Amino acid sequence: MSRSGDQWLDREAGPLVRPYAMTQGRTRPSGDSFDLIAVVAATGEPAGEALRYSPEHQWVLRRCERPVSVVDLASDAGLPLGVVRVVLGDLRDEGLVRVVATIERSEGRANLGVLREVLDGLRAL
Amino acid sequence: MASAPSDPPQLVTTKILIAGGFGVGKTTMVGSISEIRPLRTEEPLTDRGVGVDDLSGVERKSTTTVAMDFGRITFNERLVLYLFGTPGQERFWFMWDELALGALGAVVIADTRRLTDSFPSIDYFERRGLPFVVAVNCFDGADRHRAEDIAIALDLDSGVPVLLCDARDRESTKEVLVSLVEHVMRWETPEQASQ
Repeated sequence: MSRSGDQWLDREAGPLVRPYAMTQGRTRPSGDSFDLIAVVAATGEPAGEALRYSPEHQWVLRRCERPVSVVDLASDAGLPLGVVRVVLGDLRDEGLVRVVATIERSEGRANLGVLREVLDGLRAL
Repeated sequence: MASAPSDPPQLVTTKILIAGGFGVGKTTMVGSISEIRPLRTEEPLTDRGVGVDDLSGVERKSTTTVAMDFGRITFNERLVLYLFGTPGQERFWFMWDELALGALGAVVIADTRRLTDSFPSIDYFERRGLPFVVAVNCFDGADRHRAEDIAIALDLDSGVPVLLCDARDRESTKEVLVSLVEHVMRWETPEQASQ
């Protein structure tokens, strides 16, 4: 039971391919990183040769046909955020995916219109 | 070419952090109101962890991950609110900066039996200037305290709302979040922000 090898296979062991093997060991995307709740979407450009990478790239690109947040992508794909970010970076480099909305960083202050909408939305739940 | 007139409406995403000590009910609170079961994703440990985690000798090892839980509330096709439970262990402080970036505000869940567990979260949000409310999770068997007494015990700035809640209960969680957003709106009005 307590053989050290057993510790490598528990119920949370996950896929047998090490996640970062899909990214050839890269842990961060080229260029700017993708915020957790940034919304990404496919640009509609034909993928062509660009899908040579991996099934994960193809999956992420398909999932981006509708705008989706980075964290939802990671969760739906069952992949670590870091992997999804690298994959998104590759797709962005190819012009296949772009960030359509990201958090407002200026001043670090929330937009009052958004706050009001959130408040109304919460009250209506 | 890429921007056809049929583009879907702009999607706005925003987030609220749910913080507090280990086992205080963060994931429970997220789950009580999220439209999805709280999901778990992983964040790589990057160089921001240096100084927190001793990486000497394993400098190239940058794929250590920390799991984090989040929930989602879709108000309409244009507006989605995410609730992120903060990682409990202090060694993951580096992640808080990313989680807090752009957040509307935070809920600090407190347990009256171990109030000190909520101090690190409160300190963090005070230092960062992120508005927060304290939600006292009323566990079965815990003494009921008045919210005012708890505010004093936590040495909160006046104006920080303290609510009693049941993190398992959707209505109660909703009330906490409404209270937070109202607090944030007061906080954001220029007259008060300049003080």
